[in-house]
Amino acid sequence: MSLDPDYLEYPKRGRGMDHGYYPYNSLFDREPLQWADDKKLLIWPVISLEYFPMVPNDDPFRAPGHMQTAYPDYRHYTAREYGTRIGIYRLLGAFEKVGATVSVAANSVIADRYPQLIKEIISAGHEIIAHSTDMNGTIASGMDEADERALIEDALSTLERSIGKRPRGWLSIARSQSFNTAKLLAEAGVEYMCDWVNDELPYGFQTDGGAITNIPLNHELSDRQIINVQQQSIDSYAQQMRDAADWLLMETEPYGGRMLPMHLTPYIMGLPYRISGFETLIAGFAKQKNIGFARGDSILDSWKAQQ
Amino acid sequence: MSEAQKSDPGLYDYLPYRGRPKIEWPDRKTCAVWVAPNLEFYELDPAVNPHRKSWPKPHPDVVGYSHRDHANRVSHWRMAEMMTKHGFPGSVSLSVALCDHIPEVVEDASQRGWEFFSHGIYNTRYSYGMDEAQERAIIEDSITTVERATGQRIRGWLAPALTHTPRTLDLLAEYGLDYTCDLYHDDQPTNVNVKSGQLTAIPYSLEVNDHYGFFIYNMSPREYADTLIRQYDRLAEEGTQSGTVMCIPLHSYLIGQPHRIGPFEAVLEHIAADGRAWITKAGNIVDAFRQQTGGAS
Repeated sequence: MSLDPDYLEYPKRGRGMDHGYYPYNSLFDREPLQWADDKKLLIWPVISLEYFPMVPNDDPFRAPGHMQTAYPDYRHYTAREYGTRIGIYRLLGAFEKVGATVSVAANSVIADRYPQLIKEIISAGHEIIAHSTDMNGTIASGMDEADERALIEDALSTLERSIGKRPRGWLSIARSQSFNTAKLLAEAGVEYMCDWVNDELPYGFQTDGGAITNIPLNHELSDRQIINVQQQSIDSYAQQMRDAADWLLMETEPYGGRMLPMHLTPYIMGLPYRISGFETLIAGFAKQKNIGFARGDSILDSWKAQQ
Repeated sequence: MSEAQKSDPGLYDYLPYRGRPKIEWPDRKTCAVWVAPNLEFYELDPAVNPHRKSWPKPHPDVVGYSHRDHANRVSHWRMAEMMTKHGFPGSVSLSVALCDHIPEVVEDASQRGWEFFSHGIYNTRYSYGMDEAQERAIIEDSITTVERATGQRIRGWLAPALTHTPRTLDLLAEYGLDYTCDLYHDDQPTNVNVKSGQLTAIPYSLEVNDHYGFFIYNMSPREYADTLIRQYDRLAEEGTQSGTVMCIPLHSYLIGQPHRIGPFEAVLEHIAADGRAWITKAGNIVDAFRQQTGGAS
């Protein structure tokens, strides 16, 4: 038995990354960033606002949180709808109490189905970023490029019609991309994406369709990962976020401004038995003078201005 | 598999925990503690091994790849600084292609006085299905690449992504490597039965590996820290009978995340302050073991 000789050849083995998207760069070798209002740590809340059609699509893959039983899966369909009816309002209320504006990563069908919700989000000063069409709009390699381009355009233009301007940011479902995604996003005029989790600050990402910025939305610090996947309590979640904030604040001296992504899911965090613990967590952050809350677009602008 | 598969691989002789000869670590320490950071490089679009899929998702597996790239951009630096602060050297499980891709990280580890052993070329290239010449090629590549980059001759091996062939251990011994981290049968070093030369199995660990802690047992950062402290306390206590070994196997992209590194610091503080720990590198543990037992345990 042996392997094909190609298996022991390494054509990309050399200095730097094994692709051309970004050069290697250590977080600790950069010019320190300054955030507005003397904040040292910016918490970046991103709420995923999702619609799960009751007939799931497995091509290219079924989204996390999607239907699980034989048709009709009322239990998951309605439990996800709990997020868009109740959970989202609890989360928005929590951020209103601390005067924070956040990024909301919305499936574009939410704009057609629940226009009032989108209107309220916008009028409260939050940012809408594009999050595909609905939870059947997953992306992965193998997808036809024209289909992917059409899906991205559909999501962006639907949201644009609803909110009056084109979203500046994009989050893929499950952060899953094809080899074309970043290029198609750049060509569609998207300024930043949130899918790559390899850094803790924004960084430039080169594609054949031009440059785009990646703002890493740490998946390990998401409510989905900590509460759903790792089965931790809200108290443990809150402890982990506080430990993260404490550590990052310590690093701001001497390394400069840091950010803490807080990826939230209305049907996970917006439950009655979790929301109070969450409110306590962000109220604690709001009391710390050196911590602020920021939307993705303002982090992008601030970072770009300092490059 | 064309070669005969063995139900009993005969890796080592059975040695019950009761009544073992006493192993004594330097300065009457009872537990030899070594930290094993995995410094790795994963390929975005690796060649396909017919016996194991590399990424769970179609390439590019953006989360899988970029999570691991966090190690080299961010979390190695955080983890390494904390280890140095508390006096813990690393014994590095190295994807040797990292020497070519990101020499900054390898150089940093080298300057901290860490020891390197091979974890294959990339953690996306597996040994399954290799013929003997191919397996020799990755061992020789590992020896020359690490020597060129760091001046060190590697003494140990942790198979890439824990993929072995039945001849791996014999080949390691033939090339003069001293230890393997691939066998999980003991809390003390063990002599491995090899065709020629000598090979010692040093206790590594999957059970207290950060990957298992966070993704098999789904521990919170503080639960994982508590697990390591309990593991240490027990091994240090039992080590009064005969010296034990505790390895802390780490992946910086896990332990170096901002919510985990703080709780982990408490572990290093605990072990450093305890007084019973011989905080050292893998090669030193293997040497001390062999000096006392001739490797015959």
